[in-house]
Amino acid sequence: MNNLLVTNNVSKSFGAFKALNNISIEVPKGSVFGLLGPNGAGKTTLIRIINQITMPDSGSVFLDGKPLHPNDIKNIGYLPEERGLYKSMKVGEQAMYLAQLKGLSKTEAKKRLNYWFDRLGIDGWWNKKIQELSKGMAQKIQFVVTVLHQPKLLIFDEPFSGFDPINANLIKDEILRLKEEGATIIFSTHRMESVEEICDHIALIDKSNKILDGKLIDIKRAYKSNIYKVGISPNNPDTIQEKLKEKFDSVPIYFKSINDEKQYKIKLPDASSKNDLVHYLTSLGQLSHFEEVIPSVSDIFIETIQNN
Amino acid sequence: MNHLQLIIKREYLNKIRNRSFILMTFLSPIIMVLIFTLVAYLSQLNNESVNAINILDESGLFANSFEDSESVNYTNLENISLNEAKLVTETSEVYGLLYFPKATALDGFSESVIFYSDESPSISMMGSIENEIENRVNILKLEESGIDAKKIKELRINIDAKIETFEGKKTSKLGAGLKLIFGGIAGYLLFMFIIIYGNMIMRSVIEEKTSRIIEVIISSVQPIKLLLGKILGTTLAGVTQFVVWIVIILLLNSVISSIFGIDPSAIQSQPQELLGEISNSQQIITDVLVEINNMPIYNLIVMFIFFFIGGYLLYSSLYAAIGAAVDNETDTQQFMLPILMPLIVGMYVGFFTVIDNPHGIVSQVFSYIPLTSPVVMLMRIPFGVPMWQQILSLIILFATFIGTVWFASKIYRVGILMYGKKASYREIVKWLKY
Repeated sequence: MNNLLVTNNVSKSFGAFKALNNISIEVPKGSVFGLLGPNGAGKTTLIRIINQITMPDSGSVFLDGKPLHPNDIKNIGYLPEERGLYKSMKVGEQAMYLAQLKGLSKTEAKKRLNYWFDRLGIDGWWNKKIQELSKGMAQKIQFVVTVLHQPKLLIFDEPFSGFDPINANLIKDEILRLKEEGATIIFSTHRMESVEEICDHIALIDKSNKILDGKLIDIKRAYKSNIYKVGISPNNPDTIQEKLKEKFDSVPIYFKSINDEKQYKIKLPDASSKNDLVHYLTSLGQLSHFEEVIPSVSDIFIETIQNN
Repeated sequence: MNHLQLIIKREYLNKIRNRSFILMTFLSPIIMVLIFTLVAYLSQLNNESVNAINILDESGLFANSFEDSESVNYTNLENISLNEAKLVTETSEVYGLLYFPKATALDGFSESVIFYSDESPSISMMGSIENEIENRVNILKLEESGIDAKKIKELRINIDAKIETFEGKKTSKLGAGLKLIFGGIAGYLLFMFIIIYGNMIMRSVIEEKTSRIIEVIISSVQPIKLLLGKILGTTLAGVTQFVVWIVIILLLNSVISSIFGIDPSAIQSQPQELLGEISNSQQIITDVLVEINNMPIYNLIVMFIFFFIGGYLLYSSLYAAIGAAVDNETDTQQFMLPILMPLIVGMYVGFFTVIDNPHGIVSQVFSYIPLTSPVVMLMRIPFGVPMWQQILSLIILFATFIGTVWFASKIYRVGILMYGKKASYREIVKWLKY
């Protein structure tokens, strides 16, 4: 069994509104799985079903090959998008309480909290009340509480919102480290550049339906369209454009460069003619830039949503 | 530690560490004792003032028949006219003037008595004066018609029928009322506890929603454990506060009465004194003791504890259910009173129906309905209720409590996820399956 979490045709309606329509996803063990989609697509509903906060109308969820069971809450760590802590409780007390609710013993909880507080540089906060902390500080506490019981599956819903870039990086590094240590991570966000950085797999949900899923690399390969950006210092600047147009589908563009060059975007009919293009270009002048245009997750996101 | 214990502990500690809770715990008994002391002090002042009253008796019928009492001193004025007497009374410190005109016949005499004073006298003072006059006139009238008043007093017969059950248990008429007392006390205590702590439970159920920690909590524990933990934790905090109140009140009471010589409990003892004067107080006390002795006292005390706890928990769970259904506290105020209505009904049923017919159909039915049984069943028990009925009623009560918490937990889990959408009955049924 290579998948830690599998959902099979999960559907969920709220009254007449269908929030999820036959969603099937497979989250491989040890991966970072990006759950993407525009606002209101149904991501949070799916996450809540995985967390057993709400039940699917139909379909089933398997964790580690077995149907999801109420006891599985200790195998899952969930950082919801809507965040909060008990305002009048002290940080340490609160973290201890939440850790014990997740099944840790008192001594174990204390030990791990000390480790994490030390790691994130927040060990002086133990006796502060939550209402004395800033939003970002409270988020750190919540992050610690989410991962403290070392669950097999971690679910982060917009984990970086509310963090400054330094702390966002810190949390990102921690998430990647948790992955190295063997955790499987489901990651829901709108911030595509962070998906680019940390996700291996993605699933795209739009209007209650899954419209795309798979390995990020495979998806990118499928979405690339054999477009190349080239920079060339031509032997004959006046005829270069016609010469290119004769053989290839090309348009002049501009991108930042330190060279004094002519810049073009060229679309090839298939990947195999790549070498022909390079040969042809070198015959026309000095080739200073050659780059395949790989679609970003953001491009793929926008394109698929608009086509849907 | 399991989840329930953890939640109870957190709720309890969270409540008793709350600043306003601590403040109220120590402030309210002090305020209460101060108010009672003030009232006691004022009523004592009132009692101490002695009114002097002048009597001008032109009829000659009341010579020396007025004896000085604790609050009134009488002085007989002689050989002056009414106008002079009025003037004397008005210019002196004397409170008022009681005037009996010359009378030829006793008939119609009572209407001609006049009391002069600056301000209207209190009802109790006029009552005692009128009593004296009536007694005197009665005796005079009896004598006038040739009847010896002393003889009549001797001949008067007082019938006091003894009531006895077939099993040979003696009871008295006093008993029927006395038997309702346990139920009544339970009712009033329930009222008090629910009014003070019901709202607190409701607020604590809303707490997770307002602090937005709800998703974390609900993905960690079952809602029914959360709600049960909240009810029990808050209840324990309430009991703690109540005990502290009682201790502080008792302490302050003894301190104040030893320092100032004012006894706040004196307020309550006054009616008893009056009662004692009218009839034989010794007799009543022994009657009460006999009566209590005759009641199934251990049964009552045990059932009092169980029914009180059960009743309190049931009403608390109703508040928890409201907390589970609403998003914020402003929506809750309207629910505060209607919840208490069944309890009020229970009290009325107890005082009007149970006393008439403790085992009638109405009394029976209301002693099984869980919202009223804590009051009605407790009132019925002294009249003799089979044990199986008591236990059945208790089982219904506690089962309803658990049922209400369970129902509340369903509302809670689904309520947070509905985003303000109105729920149809079909959906509610669907919620319950979760």
